[in-house]
Amino acid sequence: MTSHTGAPGTERTRLATSGARAVTLRQLSSQPRADVWKGNIFLAVLLFAVTLALAGLAAIILQAAIEGAPAFSTKLFTNGPSTVNPEEAGFRPALIGTLYLILGVIFLVVPLGVAAAVYLEEYADGERWWNRIVELNVQNLAGVPSIIYGILGLAFIVRGPLDLGFILAAGSLTLALLVLPTVILASREAIRAVPPSIREGSLALGATQWQTIRRQVLPAAIPGVVTGVILAISRAIGETAPLLLVGAATFVTFNPTFTGDNGYSALPVLIFNYASRPQEEFRVLAAAGVIVMLIALLAMNSFAIWLRNRYEQQW
Amino acid sequence: MEARDTIGAFGVRGAERPPPSLEAPSPRYGERLIKGLLGAAAFLSVITTTAIVVSLLIPTFDFFTKDDIGLGEFLFGTNWAPTFQPSSFGVLPILVGTLSTSLWGMLFAVPVGLASAVWLSEYASPRQRKVVKPVLEVLAGIPTVAIGIFGLVFLSPLVAEVLPFMVNVPPFSAGVAGLAIGLMIVPIIASISDDAMRSVPSGLREAAYGLGATKMKVATRVIFPAAISGIIASLVLAGSRAVGETMVVLLVAGASPNLTFDPGSSVLTMTAFIGQTATGDISTGSITYDTIFAVGSLLFIITLALNLFAIRMVRKYREVYE
Repeated sequence: MTSHTGAPGTERTRLATSGARAVTLRQLSSQPRADVWKGNIFLAVLLFAVTLALAGLAAIILQAAIEGAPAFSTKLFTNGPSTVNPEEAGFRPALIGTLYLILGVIFLVVPLGVAAAVYLEEYADGERWWNRIVELNVQNLAGVPSIIYGILGLAFIVRGPLDLGFILAAGSLTLALLVLPTVILASREAIRAVPPSIREGSLALGATQWQTIRRQVLPAAIPGVVTGVILAISRAIGETAPLLLVGAATFVTFNPTFTGDNGYSALPVLIFNYASRPQEEFRVLAAAGVIVMLIALLAMNSFAIWLRNRYEQQW
Repeated sequence: MEARDTIGAFGVRGAERPPPSLEAPSPRYGERLIKGLLGAAAFLSVITTTAIVVSLLIPTFDFFTKDDIGLGEFLFGTNWAPTFQPSSFGVLPILVGTLSTSLWGMLFAVPVGLASAVWLSEYASPRQRKVVKPVLEVLAGIPTVAIGIFGLVFLSPLVAEVLPFMVNVPPFSAGVAGLAIGLMIVPIIASISDDAMRSVPSGLREAAYGLGATKMKVATRVIFPAAISGIIASLVLAGSRAVGETMVVLLVAGASPNLTFDPGSSVLTMTAFIGQTATGDISTGSITYDTIFAVGSLLFIITLALNLFAIRMVRKYREVYE
């Protein structure tokens, strides 16, 4: 409290001012005692809830780190899975499988997601019923449970019209459809944040609509789009349920390829399989796998949030 | 959208003299092609939904006609044993299993999530907010299989120790699965409700303070009711996530189709049934294959209803305050 009133700082003036201030504040802000108590208890309850939420989620990470630490070695990255020998088992084919799956997802989701977002924000007339349907559809798809996408993948991609069989590309396509709505929604936010004056300036100079989008709007929206893509990818890395349905097998000892029909594996699927075994050693191995996955995810998510804060433009 | 209207109005005003053309001299086929391609990408989402509905409907139709399971038997039957002989297809046990784990999850997540949201929006200093909210959002990205392992290895023994009635047959329990799901959905509730409460105009807040309301009264009697549609949306979305969650229940809830809301009992949920049954190589057209899709249809209908309701509620609060 720095209140410089009257003559600069004799001890008595300061004392008098603060005394008067305290009396005035007390008069003006006097609240019934019961209210003060209730307020304090309420705040305590709120703080308890926030702490519980943060602690509970942090405990997930800590528990995996403590439990998995003994099994954490380079074997995790070099060795294949094993049903009998947990000491020698690792995640190599699953890690490579996940890497391929994610590469496929990026390849599909970035052009499709950004294109759909550009259409909805820049071209679509929101009054038209078909554009409204597309919009509602994207919002709803973002909330469809992941296992339903697994069913879609099984019936439509693995079998049915596309008939790809249980190959890695089918898993990639399923995951891409799963995270596409997230990418569209994030890209729309980023495109909407570019102020209309930029567009109008460009159009006034004679640029066509597409030239305006390509040279002005998209470059300005890139940080937001990249953030959305990273968050979507990190979701795709951890998704397990749909992969169970589209054929991610557990014990694949060789490195997978996109179209090879000898089966493929993915990190979360192998973690799930290890975790559901009764032996203690496999659970430790699962926890070590969780650490690998969490490190990758937390690094990506933190980078995305840093990127968002770093390039958050104030127009 | 409004820009186009003004151009139209301009044309009407200058009606005596033909206005200078605003169109480009060439037809610009490239521009139209690009617009078409972008529109096609957006339309892909409609195709996805159609594909989901079609791929669910056809085997479900087979389930009720070719496999000859009555709709009443499916919806109201109390015995779920699709792979046994004699088989029975009453979906109630796994429907109740889903509701049970979701209910226990919400029972934990609703108070914790809402209290966190009130704190974030009304009490936290900008600095605390700037740290806590991103941390919650990052933690919301923890894969559900990791949460499931945490539930199985850590929560389940802990809960069995402290509240024995929550775990009848260790380590599987609907209550513990619910608790793990609750942890998963707390960030959803906290984050969306916080957004809703912060979009309440500060005029309302200041007016209440001006009338001498305490901070707690402002938060509970003014801000909370004003943001209620956004808050309800966050709860419904969280509920929809809880109903659709698969990995946590596969790991923690066990796999016995018990028709009960008892938190200590092991249950089979709809998602767990799908995840567990569809892993094997089941042949297309078999009755097990059709059963998966029939259960999937029911799950899809439930989450669709929840999502559409939540989307409407979000629109409502946006309309009021933005």
